[in-house]
Amino acid sequence: MPAAHSYAYDVLIVGAGGAGLRAAIEAAQSGVTVGLICKSLLGKAHTVMAEGGMAAALANVDDRDNWKVHFADTMRGGQYVNNWRMAEIHAKEAPDRVRELEAYGAVFDRTADGRILQRNFGGHRYPRLAHVGDRTGLELIRTLQDHAIHLGITVHMEHTVIELLLDDGRAAGVLAYDRERGRFHTFAAKAVVLATGGIGRAYKITSNSWEGTGDGHALAYRAGAELIDMEFVQFHPTGMVWPPSVRGILVTEGVRGEGGVLRNSEGRRFMFDDIPDNYKPQTASDPEEGWRYTQGDKNARRPPELLTRDHVARCINREVKAGRGSPHGGVFLDIAWIKEKLPDAEAHIKRKLPSMYHQFKELADLDITKEPMEVGPTTHYIMGGIRVDGDSQESSIRGLFAAGECAAGINGANRLGGNSLSDLIVFGKRAGEYAAASARQRGPVRLDEGAIDRAMKASLEPFDRGGGGENPYKVQHDLQDTMQALVGIVRTEGEMQEALDRLAAFRERAARAGVEGHREYHAGWHTCLDLRNLLDVSEAITRSAIERKESRGGHFREDYPDKAAEFGTVNIATRRVADGTMQVTRVPIPEMPAELKQVIEAEKQ
Amino acid sequence: MSQATFRIWRSRPGEAGGFADYRTEVSEGMVVLDAVHQIQADQAPDLACRWNCKAGKCGSCSAEINGRPRLMCMSRLNTLDLTQPVTVEPMRTFPLIKDLVTDVSWNFRVKKGIQCFQPRRPDAADGTWRMAQRDADRVQEFRKCIECFLCQDVCHVLRDHDKHDEFIGPRFFTYSAALEIHPLDSAERLGDLKDTQGIGYCNITKCCTKVCPEHIHITDNAIIPLKERVVDRFYDPVTRLLRMFR
Ligand SMILES: Cc1cc2nc3c(=O)[nH]c(=O)nc-3n(C[C@H](O)[C@H](O)[C@H](O)COP(=O)(O)OP(=O)(O)OC[C@H]3O[C@@H](n4cnc5c(N)ncnc54)[C@H](O)[C@@H]3O)c2cc1C
Ligand code: SF4
Ligand code: SF4
Ligand code: FES
Repeated sequence: MPAAHSYAYDVLIVGAGGAGLRAAIEAAQSGVTVGLICKSLLGKAHTVMAEGGMAAALANVDDRDNWKVHFADTMRGGQYVNNWRMAEIHAKEAPDRVRELEAYGAVFDRTADGRILQRNFGGHRYPRLAHVGDRTGLELIRTLQDHAIHLGITVHMEHTVIELLLDDGRAAGVLAYDRERGRFHTFAAKAVVLATGGIGRAYKITSNSWEGTGDGHALAYRAGAELIDMEFVQFHPTGMVWPPSVRGILVTEGVRGEGGVLRNSEGRRFMFDDIPDNYKPQTASDPEEGWRYTQGDKNARRPPELLTRDHVARCINREVKAGRGSPHGGVFLDIAWIKEKLPDAEAHIKRKLPSMYHQFKELADLDITKEPMEVGPTTHYIMGGIRVDGDSQESSIRGLFAAGECAAGINGANRLGGNSLSDLIVFGKRAGEYAAASARQRGPVRLDEGAIDRAMKASLEPFDRGGGGENPYKVQHDLQDTMQALVGIVRTEGEMQEALDRLAAFRERAARAGVEGHREYHAGWHTCLDLRNLLDVSEAITRSAIERKESRGGHFREDYPDKAAEFGTVNIATRRVADGTMQVTRVPIPEMPAELKQVIEAEKQ
Repeated sequence: MSQATFRIWRSRPGEAGGFADYRTEVSEGMVVLDAVHQIQADQAPDLACRWNCKAGKCGSCSAEINGRPRLMCMSRLNTLDLTQPVTVEPMRTFPLIKDLVTDVSWNFRVKKGIQCFQPRRPDAADGTWRMAQRDADRVQEFRKCIECFLCQDVCHVLRDHDKHDEFIGPRFFTYSAALEIHPLDSAERLGDLKDTQGIGYCNITKCCTKVCPEHIHITDNAIIPLKERVVDRFYDPVTRLLRMFR
């Protein structure tokens, strides 16, 4: 069975979110041929949904900011298991990458003197997030997209990569299928960049789109690359909880940045009740100080609502479990209250948070300028992913690069809001640059025809089984329920062992999944192909979470509720070994250079 | 829980296609996209539709619901009459691929043909620019566009007169307007708008503005000012005369 088309590029990029587009731009500008593959139409990737902003120490709003503070904030947020080299590069290079977007045509909100405006966000010491109202992701993706289309990049939209191909242990291309016709295509490449985004769809309640099925994670894993930090999943504290059909959709942290407060059913601002010791010096002592902080008072400290996401999510979880939740199982997020403070609060809210206003009005019949919202945690982001070299973004497989959410390292145990969009452009650029350099040094590649044939046959098996097989949607739903219930915000050994048993059973069911009909734009068939990716990432999350017998950042274990020093110096890695099983190891984190240690110490006060 | 009927367009490449009725449960807060997904999961696994964000932010799920161009994810069932079947059809201005999915690639080709952003020299020595918020606001209205192409779908110049080769459509007038009023841009687009992009075909019916889910004032704020600029540049005798002497 031959593939319909064969393409060949110097650099092939899988994913057209912020990371993939930025990588494509960089590679194309360096003069190599570039192909770009994405599952949806161009401009629709998950990045489009990002709201709050991108973090960069431009110091436009507070001139005390600089890369050192940003670096220290990122490491503190990540609880010091980050790849410190990536955190350093990110903090140093983000300002240039953001300014460059302006040269590509982005239009950010402005300061009074006409520079790029920056807003407060959780865990960032100073106002640091360049933004466009609450649709920063749209601005980012559109800017990169509109720039990229004039650079001679070939875009293959609505193509899904189903297999990564190796030649002599090096990445050599991919096998993909197009949605429109359901035909297979091979892509040979001298270097491959994975920029496939996150895994939110492994959980029932998530802010992620259907694309977030961990494809890049799973493709790299199955090809033998190492994943790290998979236990670190970020549950964003504020997702919509009502009505049921919108459960999980994100409510930007920007609401809290603009002065929104969290209350329980008793009307209490419960976040003041539990402030971790290492954040006490930076947290407001009363509501008044917190309000002043959100309004730009440089002498005020941030309100506890803007503590790191893992902490806020757990506090909300606790309130709900203790019976102090809102009617539909969340808590209240109130921005309407600022009318006590601002004369024209209604217009102010609509201007600062236009898409939140719109979203609640249209989807929940609720006017956020008048009433509090109901919110609860939602699966949002994965800190873990493909292990890469901090400078080049090359994975443990030569010629295979990764950038953006599917790569790991910069965020450690917990990502600060706004650090993803900046990560995409900083490391997207680097991945494109190093992939192009690697491609230039490489001779022709050979594709493994046997592997291609096997992958095509395996992909078509659901049609052989037909409608009598397992319903793929049912398997997916059951898997999402399991991950939500057993490997969610609060974890225990027993529940996670149970999850592993269930995952094994889901694997058997997935192997029996069947569909009827034709291959063209077949959602059910696509779901069959997603299942193995979801299963691989779910298993990696669960096994890593079992291995880390402590609580840190996004990973909270009820049976080990404290941080343990022995885990502060390691990352948990998973890789596929020869017999096809998943091997879990602890890999030591390299020693941080003295200069960086000093930066962290100096910023600790 | 109650039930409702959805009359959904089904078709395969190369076949004529037609409507099929599906009954499904409806519950509080549901939108049309939820109903389509439910039908996909329980009754028609091969039903094709596009979606991504489910929050009106990506512009993927455009369709014609009870004959009106809308986003499926932002069409709440409680705003529709559920005693009658709800019809869900693909956008009719674009070639059909399958079921609710159309071939919108024409839009991507059109965009490529529009002169891209070219910034003027930086204002400051560090390579940055200065821009007032009120100038940013005007551009940002157009940059809210989520490229759902509903405005293209409804515009009669494309839908009824098929002027795809001579007319870029409201989405790309909005795009051009954003570039034209961008405080930093220095490229020239008016000649193309007049000669090859067909701005003259627009007779300001405002149908595009009415369907825009982002509430962009496409006609008033983008198309009419662009038309005025074209007139000023090419037809106004005084300007023409002055230009001859420049
Ligand atoms: C609602 C929401 C709000 C957010 N707000 C912020 C914010 O304010 N600030 C911030 O910093 N971060 C924010 N984030 C996080 C941030 O948006 C994401 O982490 C980031 O956009 C991921 O970008 P990416 O380029 O890595 O991947 P994505 O944008 O997810 O793109 C992935 C790409 O890979 C493609 N792809 C995937 N699998 C395959 C395959 N098998 N074959 C071919 N193509 C494939 C997809 O089609 C897509 O093009 C937010 C996230 C959400 C959900
Ligand atoms: S106003 Fe112009 S562009 Fe808009 S629908 Fe009418 S003719 Fe088309
Ligand atoms: S202008 Fe409005 S209707 Fe047209 S594509 Fe953009 S968002 Fe959609
Ligand atoms: S799914 Fe994104 S706009 Fe409807």
